[in-house]
Amino acid sequence: MTSVAEAPPGSSVHLRLLADPAGSRLDTHLSQHGRLPVPDASQVIGMARDAGLTGRGGAGFPLWRKLTAVAATRRPAVVIANGAEGEPASGKDKALLSYAPNLVLDGLQLIAAGAGSAVLYAPAAAHPALRQLIDQRRAAGLDRVPVRLVAAPDAFVSGEESAVASAVAGRDAVPADKLVRITDSGPDGSPTLVQNVETLAHLAMIARYGPGWFRTAGTYDEPGTFLATISGAVASPGVVEAGYGVALGDLIAAAGGATTPLSAVLVGGYHGGWVPADPALGVSRAALTPYGGSPGAGVIMALPAGSCGLIETARIAGYLAGQVAGQCGPCVNGLPTLANTLTDLANRRARPGLPAEVERLTRLVTGRGACRHPDGTARLITSAMRLFHADVDAHLAGRCLSEGSYR
Amino acid sequence: MSRVHIDWTACDGRGLCAELLPELLAEDEWGYPVARGDMNVPPALEPAARQAVDRCPALALKLVSARSA
Repeated sequence: MTSVAEAPPGSSVHLRLLADPAGSRLDTHLSQHGRLPVPDASQVIGMARDAGLTGRGGAGFPLWRKLTAVAATRRPAVVIANGAEGEPASGKDKALLSYAPNLVLDGLQLIAAGAGSAVLYAPAAAHPALRQLIDQRRAAGLDRVPVRLVAAPDAFVSGEESAVASAVAGRDAVPADKLVRITDSGPDGSPTLVQNVETLAHLAMIARYGPGWFRTAGTYDEPGTFLATISGAVASPGVVEAGYGVALGDLIAAAGGATTPLSAVLVGGYHGGWVPADPALGVSRAALTPYGGSPGAGVIMALPAGSCGLIETARIAGYLAGQVAGQCGPCVNGLPTLANTLTDLANRRARPGLPAEVERLTRLVTGRGACRHPDGTARLITSAMRLFHADVDAHLAGRCLSEGSYR
Repeated sequence: MSRVHIDWTACDGRGLCAELLPELLAEDEWGYPVARGDMNVPPALEPAARQAVDRCPALALKLVSARSA
């Protein structure tokens, strides 16, 4: 899933991070963008704040606030570029690490100003190429803070912030309790900063071209571009770059267009939400909030009209239930129960009170884990129960709208 | 005011906290504590809350300042 789409004429899709097809080469990168400026830590905070750069890993937290929290400790930090991408429907971090790894490594150096060590956390399959590039950059005198590669296990929660910090500290890649923030004190006691690789690539562009340039894409409240991974019923599934607020239809068009009429679109990821397949719907936090969604990690999954949204959601819920880290009782017990209950509804094993039971379980698991895995799973299911309410009614009556038949 | 914090990675659902602090905590169907409200501890319940924290066999409960997230 690493094809990168060209922008169709007249659309608001445009390429920044993925503009350069040879960006993985250091010489091409340097001739395209020049050497990275060397701002100090407070200048980096200032440019991240002025640009309005938010985390691209899903949560959308402002980068400058985390940078400020880490700087306030006045202790050397561990800084980590997070390329784990445990989300199965997402391929943008993998694409970025293969198309423009130099931007990621530039961004890592920017947040590493004053840091004790820098880490690139990425799937082991990407390590050989990255290792070579890291050595090449070091030899060229580009990276002042040495970069260590740490392997990200292929698991949904392995990219969660505290799981990343734990893995980098040599422990299991599982989430930790949040009583102490890792920006204050991570697993080894050092302040720890985890940033998605795409966020760092944007920062590398901002350091060169300025916050004002960054803000020429996106909306006033949600500036900049983001990488979207478009899959499902589209002609050319792959990664597309666009400004926040881009119309859903433009993103689908950039992925070759829908191959069949669509009934709904999953936005954000497996922890995201289902929205109507409205081509005019903006992909921004502001436009998606009414649906309980957000651009999240940029996942766009198009559901064809012939597929049942409840069956698809039950499939994802079953996957998510299988991806619990095994630490927190309400998640370990609640997610499989929730997924099974939803599966009963999806498979038309109707019984009285089934939708109410799904709703009760979503509320029961929410907020009761070390990480947001239960909350995100509940959010996805809640959005499905809302958007597919006509399907819910049909299933309770033993029918399925996407089949139009009785069973 | 203080607040009860549950470290879910440590909690193994022994259920003692829900017995000692029934005003704040119930048990779910698997025996894990469920907050009845926001987990803030009114002054009158402070002694019971401390007892629940001290007696948790998994050391999964803490009393924290109600402000910290």
